[in-house]
Amino acid sequence: MKYYLGLVWEYFLNYAKTRLTYRADFWVEVISDLLFQATNLIFIFVVFAHTDTLGGFTEAEVVFVYGYFMIPYGLYSCFVNLWNFGDRYIVKGEMDRILTRPAHNLFQIFLENLDPPSLIGSLIGVIIMIWSGGQLGIELLWWHIPALIVMVLGSTLIYTGIYTILTSISFYSDSPTGIIPLMYNIQTYGRYPITIYNRIIQILLTWILPFAFVGIYPAALFLDRPEMIRMAWITPVMGIVFFALGLVFWNGGIKRYRGAGS
Amino acid sequence: MSSLYWDFIRIRFLTMLAYRVNYYSGILVYTLNIGVYYFTWQAIYGGKEQIAGFTAAQMTTYVAVSWMARSFYFNNLDREIATEIRDGTIAIQFIRPYNYLMVKMMQGFGEGLFRFLLFMIPGMLIALLLFPVQLPTSITSWIGFLIMLFFSFLINSQINIIIGMLAFFVENNEGMMRMKRIVVDLFSGLLIPISFFPGWLVSIMNFLPFQAITYLPGSVFTGRVKGTGILEVLGIQVVWFVLLLIPIYFIWRAARVRLFVQGG
Repeated sequence: MKYYLGLVWEYFLNYAKTRLTYRADFWVEVISDLLFQATNLIFIFVVFAHTDTLGGFTEAEVVFVYGYFMIPYGLYSCFVNLWNFGDRYIVKGEMDRILTRPAHNLFQIFLENLDPPSLIGSLIGVIIMIWSGGQLGIELLWWHIPALIVMVLGSTLIYTGIYTILTSISFYSDSPTGIIPLMYNIQTYGRYPITIYNRIIQILLTWILPFAFVGIYPAALFLDRPEMIRMAWITPVMGIVFFALGLVFWNGGIKRYRGAGS
Repeated sequence: MSSLYWDFIRIRFLTMLAYRVNYYSGILVYTLNIGVYYFTWQAIYGGKEQIAGFTAAQMTTYVAVSWMARSFYFNNLDREIATEIRDGTIAIQFIRPYNYLMVKMMQGFGEGLFRFLLFMIPGMLIALLLFPVQLPTSITSWIGFLIMLFFSFLINSQINIIIGMLAFFVENNEGMMRMKRIVVDLFSGLLIPISFFPGWLVSIMNFLPFQAITYLPGSVFTGRVKGTGILEVLGIQVVWFVLLLIPIYFIWRAARVRLFVQGG
């Protein structure tokens, strides 16, 4: 454990060193991240200019859910970035290098793609939650903060699990898959009141691609929505299950890995 | 000469065909996207007849056709160009007997043709089965839409080429490419039709090229723009196509000079 934490720190220092040479890049990346979050908020604001409630949720409540979502999303983007995996590690053959080292291969890949600027998004998420929570008159209770930590960890694990499973596909199919960019939009929908969708999409977003646990369900706990509280408490369980599934798929994939032959 | 460029279309089309299995999952994901947007808009409409000039039925059609049109005009020319600039292979392209940007455009078109035949059409058929999409009834709407779709591709590719070529001038244009994707998805009207935005924003967007990518062809397909109106919106696209050639010309000229300065 201490070894792994040491690695995180070393990689972080390394990151800081390379990043300080390209300072302009750093800010461009932060701004583009924030712009992406802004477009989602714009969507919410534009929609609520034409309606008062969405599936029984008010504008402030939907914004609150969005604020919650930004926290696990920022953590995921910082520590688990598998976006370029296929291109970088399989096609260019960097996986061979990873496999010769002692630390767990998936962990090394996470470390090599560490992206601390994403955490700014998490911070803004907290601010949005506080701001919209204030508008909604939510009082801070003693269990709110520990519950928030547990929920955020659960949500982040779910994210990690889903994307690890999807990335593992590149071990099983020999052509680089374009599935991850396509998933990009679907994750959005776990943030809207899930009851507006039909049964199939609800099941999909709850049990198959459980993005609802990264937004609406856990946030409903703090909004005191009785109909979703039971689901909210399943979040950490789902996190562990999906993370474990991700590892299983990944390790199975690694066994099949033969190298690009470069 | 023209057969040379035709070969670039053909080769890219065949390359894409080799990886076609990937696209079956893509159709599924796009259909899912349409489905989720469909239900979101249904909830927003509630019982309302019309919002911002769209009836609920037109909205369904708009969502379906916008996503499927995106599957046609979308390409990664920006990323391809930026990569070739960064790894230096662009230098070889300069001495070859063709226009590099034309070649990129043709490769993009080869990809577009592939996506049109194996992604957009089957995807649209699935969307037709699953959602109450209303196809245009008049032949002029169909012809108008198909011509406009081609211009969507041209304008979107021009924007990609501009962003890609910025790699000549900045160390890393990764962030810019991401920003472009976000701006195009939002301001083209893919996520929300332009007329839903507050008035001041609509008047800004009317002066930007992005609406020409999704919103204008979508308006023709849903029948919100009919008859001679089609010529008018097509005119906007043609104007943007011509206007965007100007920055491309100047960036390209500046880039050539810059490349000589670096000396090979």
